[in-house]
Amino acid sequence: MSASTTAPSQADVPETPVVKPSSRARRAGRGLLGSAPIFLILLVVLVAIAVRNPQGASPEYYLALLKRAAPLMLLAAGQIFVIVSGEFDLSVGALITAVVVGAAVITDGDPSLSYPAIGGLLVAGVAVGAINGVATTRLRVPSFLVTLGMALVISGGVLYNTGGAPSGTLPQNLRFFGREGIEGVPVIGELPYSVIVLVVLGSVCFWLMHRTNFGRQIFAVGGNARAAALSGTRVHAVKTLAFVISAVSAVVAGILVAGFGGLSNDAGAGYEFQAISAVVLGGAVLGGGRGSVLTAMAGALTLEALFTLLNLLRLPVELRFTVQGVIIIAAVAYASVRLRASA
Amino acid sequence: MTEQQLPGDPPEPATSAGPPLLEVTGISKSFFGVTVLADVDLDVRAGEVHAVLGENGAGKSTLMKVVAAAHQPDAGTIRLGGEEVTFSHPRDAQLKGVSIIYQEFNLLPDRTVAQNIFLGREPVRAGVVDSRRMEADTRRLLAALGASNIPPDRLVRELSVAQQQTVEISKALSYEARVLVMDEPTAALSPHETEALFERVRRLQEQGLGILYISHRLKEIFELAQRVTVLKDGRRVGTVEASAVTTRELVRMMVGRDLAHYYPPHASPDELGEVRLRVRGGGVPGLLHDIDLEVRAGEIVGVAGLAGSGRTELAQALFGVRPFGSGRVEVDGRAVDLRTPRAALRQRMGFVTEDRKAEGLVLPLAVRDNGLLALRALGRWLSGRLPGGPLRVTDLMKRVDLRAASLDQEVRYLSGGNQQKVVLAKWLATNASILIFDEPTRGIDVGAKAGIHELMRELARAGAAILMISSELPEVIGMSDRMLVMRGGTIAGRLPADPTEDRIMLLATGERDLGEAA
Repeated sequence: MSASTTAPSQADVPETPVVKPSSRARRAGRGLLGSAPIFLILLVVLVAIAVRNPQGASPEYYLALLKRAAPLMLLAAGQIFVIVSGEFDLSVGALITAVVVGAAVITDGDPSLSYPAIGGLLVAGVAVGAINGVATTRLRVPSFLVTLGMALVISGGVLYNTGGAPSGTLPQNLRFFGREGIEGVPVIGELPYSVIVLVVLGSVCFWLMHRTNFGRQIFAVGGNARAAALSGTRVHAVKTLAFVISAVSAVVAGILVAGFGGLSNDAGAGYEFQAISAVVLGGAVLGGGRGSVLTAMAGALTLEALFTLLNLLRLPVELRFTVQGVIIIAAVAYASVRLRASA
Repeated sequence: MTEQQLPGDPPEPATSAGPPLLEVTGISKSFFGVTVLADVDLDVRAGEVHAVLGENGAGKSTLMKVVAAAHQPDAGTIRLGGEEVTFSHPRDAQLKGVSIIYQEFNLLPDRTVAQNIFLGREPVRAGVVDSRRMEADTRRLLAALGASNIPPDRLVRELSVAQQQTVEISKALSYEARVLVMDEPTAALSPHETEALFERVRRLQEQGLGILYISHRLKEIFELAQRVTVLKDGRRVGTVEASAVTTRELVRMMVGRDLAHYYPPHASPDELGEVRLRVRGGGVPGLLHDIDLEVRAGEIVGVAGLAGSGRTELAQALFGVRPFGSGRVEVDGRAVDLRTPRAALRQRMGFVTEDRKAEGLVLPLAVRDNGLLALRALGRWLSGRLPGGPLRVTDLMKRVDLRAASLDQEVRYLSGGNQQKVVLAKWLATNASILIFDEPTRGIDVGAKAGIHELMRELARAGAAILMISSELPEVIGMSDRMLVMRGGTIAGRLPADPTEDRIMLLATGERDLGEAA
């Protein structure tokens, strides 16, 4: 069909500028600008922290913040795939707890079992994501309920296995990802491994979502699943892979949490709502079709920074939930007002 | 004209010469600057069935919605029993005695028949709904229609379509309707049910109701109606006595128009190539049967047919949306199994759907992403590369002559014509060479329409095989090198290039004998 690639005759049509091409750089720039509010908010919160912090703002201080935020940022980078595809993943908090408790049970402090344990937990994460995906797509159960149910199943399993109080211990070489870092780095002192994990996996997520055929299909599926299917997209497979990515991000986040939080029965409690708050704060639209890995991670960092600020302002810790609730409502309201204004 | 045969004796109208019960004059209505009705007059007398006839888009439904106050007219007056009235709301019209029964019923499926009929005005005794009285009243209403077999306490979802329609009619009667508007009431009925409906309509007539009856089935009109008003392009062509007109004359009134629009020339015989797509005995249970067709390279085959004839279902079956359950499909002489759109895509097929916003485009995504939608679906997931090598989207959009601010513009901000060009670009990107167009220019302004037609012919000339479905007769005539006319889920007839509109209409309505007699 070489003939079909010839342009339609221009003989009787005057030459007109049809569409302006634009460079990839300009597009990326516009993408950032379009969701700029989150970066502005992040900046304001970071400055406020510097002002309120008695020791002033040192690079180490901010790096410590980044280290604390790493699990949530990874979780947001995974959750954004599910949200953009038009679904929810509420199972990640329970999955984090299961990873922390599971790692302790499997290894019971034996360092030689750490890597097999991590491998096993990643496989389990893939399985949880696949079940979430298949139940949502093939069985047509709303993902909100599928993943809520999955969270209950996992939590129940954890409680049953631990009898309420987790046993076993976490080996040092497993905790080291969330705890240690490369010493003696100029200016910042110690570069935490969790930040390295964050940068590497964050970049992988960014590439997956914004630079691959798969990533572009997530946007299509979330924006209009029927049109995507009629254009040949394997909608079920795309959504299922999104759930798998989210679950795997939860396993990795769980290993980091195990590192600096240690063994606890509620290690992952509340993370699922924090992750959703983060991606919404990052400008993603619940219902699908819009979002970005970078702004979702910025949203997660902002959320963590806000919690830090609340601490500095000596507001009670209990207000975290209230703040989070206000953020979700405000961010969604802002997004819908903006969408309506531009429609 | 002498070959005219009336299929049945119409009943003597009760008060045929009486004054109009309902009279609308000078009704005009436009939506977003498009005139849908222009200066239309219509009246209905007590005891009369007055049929309103016209092609798709002639304005029938809009006129009926004006009568029932679902739309407010831009100009014109409505008189009920000689007095000028304004209906503020469909409910207002209903209370004053004008009820409408749409093709889509307004019934709550999980409520009973009686609850539906008395919705919002349930008889109350001692502060609670008096179900016994409600059901007794319902029984009386149904009996008056000869439908005592419908139990008032049955859930509506358990009723057949015909029974639901009867419930709708009873509901209208419970408002003491004087004028009843029926919009294509037989569209979803079997022949047997249609007969029963006619019986009911005649009863209503005897009770002195005026009935406005919309249909494009000429047979029904001759069987039921005393007068017929024909609409075309939003204007009234004329009102005639049903007993004084022939099928042929009615068809001519419906379609007789000038082909004002220019269409590109048809394919010459030497431009036709091999058969690209062939279907033998294709069927989809309940929707399509005995579909035989072929489309050659370089050819545009038109598909005409009335709403509900299976046009869109045919396109969907071919593209694997609702695949054929029986029969054989061949692409380039090889049997293929098109179970999914993806399978069709792999055979280098493309489908420009009827509803481009719901099925063709992802509205919040950019022109670029929509243009590459199908191509990316065929690409390797973990790669950024497009299958078949690099492709400049700018070139793609130039080929379809897209007018957009930039490739990053979201498609929802484009005009209908430009949106359709993006859909087309999507299939050009995959190099699709068997293209199915379902209503390719619906809702598109005249200028962009010509552009799309030009592009379709261009594609055919470059070797594409094109199947084009259209409910606009001028379009299907202007574009097609050959034509298939569908009726009742199968291909009722085949016509060469440039048939007359009435030949198509006669095939589409099933009045084949008259067409050949002429």
